[in-house]
Amino acid sequence: MSALRILVPVKRVIDYAVKPRVNKAQTGVETNVKHSMNPFDELSVEESVRIREKKSAPGGVEDICVISAGPPKAQDTLRTAMAMGADRAIHVETKEGEDLEPLSVAKLLKSVVEQQKSNLVILGKQSIDDDANQTGQMLAGLLGWPQATQASKVMFEKEGDAVTVTREVDGGSETVRAKLPMVITTDLRLNEPRYASLPNIMKAKKKPLEKKKLEDFGITAERRLKIVKVTEPPPRQGGGKVDDVDGLVSKLKELGAL
Amino acid sequence: MASRAAAVPALRCLSRRAPALRNRMSVQSALVARRCFSTTECRPFTSASTRAFKHTTESYPDIQRDSRFSKVTEEHVKYFKEILGSGSAVLESVTNDAAQDDIEPFNGDWMKKYRGHCRLVLRPGSTEEVSKILKYCNDNMLAVVPQGGNTGLVGGSVPVFDEIVINMGRMNQVRDFDDVSGTLVVDAGVILEAADKFLSEKGYIFPLDLGAKGSCQIGGNVACNAGGLRLLRYGSLHGNVLGIEAVLPDGTIVDDLWKLRKNNTGYDLKQLFIGGEGTIGIITGISIQCPQRPKAVNVAFFGLESFEQTQQAFREAKSHLSEILSAFELMDNQAHTLVQRVTQNKRPLEGEYPFYCLVETSGSNTEHDSEKLQAFLEDVMEKGIVADGTLAENETQIQSLWAWREGIAEALGHLGGVYKYDVSIPLKEMYGLVEDTRARINEAGLLGDTEEHPVIDVVGYGHMGDSNLHLNIATRHFDKRVEKVLEPFVYEWIKERQGSISAEHGLGLAKKKYIGYSRSDTMIELMKQIKKLYDPNGIMNPYKYI
Repeated sequence: MSALRILVPVKRVIDYAVKPRVNKAQTGVETNVKHSMNPFDELSVEESVRIREKKSAPGGVEDICVISAGPPKAQDTLRTAMAMGADRAIHVETKEGEDLEPLSVAKLLKSVVEQQKSNLVILGKQSIDDDANQTGQMLAGLLGWPQATQASKVMFEKEGDAVTVTREVDGGSETVRAKLPMVITTDLRLNEPRYASLPNIMKAKKKPLEKKKLEDFGITAERRLKIVKVTEPPPRQGGGKVDDVDGLVSKLKELGAL
Repeated sequence: MASRAAAVPALRCLSRRAPALRNRMSVQSALVARRCFSTTECRPFTSASTRAFKHTTESYPDIQRDSRFSKVTEEHVKYFKEILGSGSAVLESVTNDAAQDDIEPFNGDWMKKYRGHCRLVLRPGSTEEVSKILKYCNDNMLAVVPQGGNTGLVGGSVPVFDEIVINMGRMNQVRDFDDVSGTLVVDAGVILEAADKFLSEKGYIFPLDLGAKGSCQIGGNVACNAGGLRLLRYGSLHGNVLGIEAVLPDGTIVDDLWKLRKNNTGYDLKQLFIGGEGTIGIITGISIQCPQRPKAVNVAFFGLESFEQTQQAFREAKSHLSEILSAFELMDNQAHTLVQRVTQNKRPLEGEYPFYCLVETSGSNTEHDSEKLQAFLEDVMEKGIVADGTLAENETQIQSLWAWREGIAEALGHLGGVYKYDVSIPLKEMYGLVEDTRARINEAGLLGDTEEHPVIDVVGYGHMGDSNLHLNIATRHFDKRVEKVLEPFVYEWIKERQGSISAEHGLGLAKKKYIGYSRSDTMIELMKQIKKLYDPNGIMNPYKYI
């Protein structure tokens, strides 16, 4: 089979250790907080680099290209991906606050796949901000490629271009097999992303980063959905403390539990 | 940095999953847990485990009970029950033997090194109650031990004989906070992490942070003048504490709870309580200056080839990062390896290096900080000072890198007994102590991989930025032979180099007899005069300190 040309889309999202807060206007969450790479995308980058390092694909890996559509700061995320081992990056700049819906992202990616001659796309199964879990599936549909979603294990056959993927499904795992080109979306048990080493962080600065605009791919950021309102979940009702056993018993009685 | 907390962060997207997927969640949280294990010293106190270890009186047979002190009687207990009222405020086994199990957690320390014979624990709810308790104890010659979160490392917060434990845990209210000046006033029993959480909502940060933050109390922190991880940036409690409310043994309430940064009116007596380890009074309230919480925090982690290079890296860090440098922590490969052995986490760097450093910056502007940090990293890499390293790319990586440093004490505890020395030595010679101690233990044939060798390893780590080294000897079990090799060798070594035998852990019971290695006779005499002046009957935390 021919060498792999892997495309890895990544997204800059609010860091998952940060608790998001709804803004005053209730139109979204406060974005003036720490951002980092979507954790599922970290898994995709890690997996691509491992496929290369472990030489698991019979044809080898020719190229690992990361792409992100987002504000200028998305470049930090692309540099992180390159520090982890991706070869180059494409940044499709959008305006601050201009959000793409999954279908627009899938259309954009389709056009990038064609341009870059990618034969494997590894995406996070979802981004932790929108939780849409649609882009990978839509992309496979648009390309007419097979898809293996929520992967927890990716195996290449010694010869040929078949890939066996173990998927996380309710109540267990499902193993599927498909031929390249294909779309894989990653789930959390797939791997444990590495720390980017300092020398690699330095090297990543010199790796090529191509800047593009949505128009270059004939995409507009039109929205089919309108966000009506964003609210926080109701706050947890705090528990009370009792001083001693007697207090506990009387409290339970008061609540009718005894 | 509050999020660098004990709680294991669960992926946000997962915590929002539908109930059908909950079985997968548990697997995932275990996975995440592996990457970032709890940084809070865990103290799983059950009466069984507390009962399983030796009494202090057995380990230190030469300490004699002071016969001037009365023994707790039913009459005393009755009085305390009258003044404290509610059942949970008085725990005693004087009239009811079965209650001893409830008392044991207050009797022993978390390292299972010190355990007293106390039969009465008082948990006052107000300063007035503390005052009544102390006055009564002083009048009746009853010895007491003030106790906060009981996370101390030198046996200062647990009784030796039958001293009454006065636990401050019920005084846990935030009294006041000034949003403009950042002055926080709290009860002594407020847990450090709770105070930091309270402050984080207001955009402020507590100037002290340490591994035990989930259990330790601010009153205890102040009484021991705890140092911790933020000292490099925010300075010591002697500077940050603006005022103190305390109770003297005769019941006098010392109301020095000022909120002023400047107050040059007479002797600054509150300083005596800071680091006084509860020997002249009990701190009941604290007012403290809190800085603005930094918006941008970055963490880098290095592997270095020699101690010489860690010093160079520190020098460079100060010059490149200056005002945003907030921590410079050191650990040797032995410590790093033992953490790895206990947690089974993947090491942050591929290769093994003799030394590791963790550098943290805190500032107000991410871009400005990142730029400085990048320049610093490039510089130390180019000059070959640093062999390898990594930079945390997200909050979770920040937390897990910190866990490699903060988790050392906890990891060593899992392996068995730990001899801990918390010392301050001029930076240049700092690591020499670890090397010399390791060689000595080796010569004595005590170090090895098999059961008959008591010592697992000799490790060094600490706050490089404050010239504060933690020399830890991790053992399978405490062994007198090890102790003989270590003491007084360690103290003499430190004295020769004009170091301090206790940088931030205090004296307590463990270092009482060694104070002479760091203080002159004149100084000790002056300290004794102060002790006598405020506590003439000597009921406050006896057998310890000086």
